[in-house]
Amino acid sequence: MIYWDIFWAFFISNLLGYGGGPSTIPFVQNEVVNRYEWMTLHEFGDLLAIANVLPGPIATKMGGFIGYQVGGIPGMLIALAATILPSAIAVIILFKFVNLFKDSQHVKLLTGSVQPVIAILLGVLAYQFFITAFETSGIVHLLILTAAGWLLLYKIKVHPALIILCALGYGGVFLS
Amino acid sequence: MKPFLDLTIGFARTGVTGYGGGPSTIPLIEYEAVKKYKWMTEDEFGQTLALANTLPGPIATKMAAYIGYKVKGSLGALVAIVAHILPSLIGMVGMLGILYKYRSSPFVSGMVAGVTPIIGLMLLEMAYKFADKARKGLGFPIMLALSGISLVVLQFLNVHPGVMIGACLVGAFSIATFRNRKKAAPDSEVERKEESI
Repeated sequence: MIYWDIFWAFFISNLLGYGGGPSTIPFVQNEVVNRYEWMTLHEFGDLLAIANVLPGPIATKMGGFIGYQVGGIPGMLIALAATILPSAIAVIILFKFVNLFKDSQHVKLLTGSVQPVIAILLGVLAYQFFITAFETSGIVHLLILTAAGWLLLYKIKVHPALIILCALGYGGVFLS
Repeated sequence: MKPFLDLTIGFARTGVTGYGGGPSTIPLIEYEAVKKYKWMTEDEFGQTLALANTLPGPIATKMAAYIGYKVKGSLGALVAIVAHILPSLIGMVGMLGILYKYRSSPFVSGMVAGVTPIIGLMLLEMAYKFADKARKGLGFPIMLALSGISLVVLQFLNVHPGVMIGACLVGAFSIATFRNRKKAAPDSEVERKEESI
């Protein structure tokens, strides 16, 4: 049952991601690419690129589009519901028991303990993208794009969406 | 009708102006909720954020759900979430629709190749940010040890990340509980004083 798979994939990946939408990306990738094989890592990368060009929360953009691709409009709605509803309902319920969770020591340690895991997952994902880029575009273009991207993003602090658009243009001209 | 309209406008605006995923839209949501529409005070907002952070999953939709619920109940929560995610979702489907239609053209495949290193770079930066947060919260040695263990367990032993996350959460919860008990026993007097201040 494809709808059940969609629900399960996005429910699990959002249950595991602590620290907002971006932290769920490696888990979504794990479900969508490795487990259910709905798309290749490369296609997943394209989605991530477009999602980063657009504003707004990343988890719902990814979930909505992947759900749409796999199961049409119902698939999209199911993916969105699985992404949003569990945590949204939980936060409303949790507020009724707010005093039980005021102890920030617990919370700090809980979020802290998960962060290194997410860092490693994202790091591995980054490594895979660099390898793909190396294989498709060669070392010269990879170095140019990475160096220019790094400079513009973190030193000159140009808007990320603008850099992605520039990279798309560069690729269209030099890598086609 | 007015509260629903306000919720729609407020959350649509934060949805289309926030770049880099949910966490980066938090200051924008705070502006709408606290300064502009006065749905809650700054303290309440901080408390909501802290609480929302204890739960997994996307943060912006959790905030939208709670604020919407506070203003207008379940329907308010639904309105706030939909207003927040819909514009960018439509943009996503539209842009990818165009991209997929022309995917066989060399120009489009070149575009995709061009953006791949940038995505790698952005993921690397996110990885660094998470590692850095962990370093601040747990200290450098523990962060490094946990990262090393994760790398081995996830990459070389091929364990599902969920198992690793579960193990970390259980471990952290037990440690925090144990510490609290130890602290609560001898200096409960001090703590009570601190709380009253």
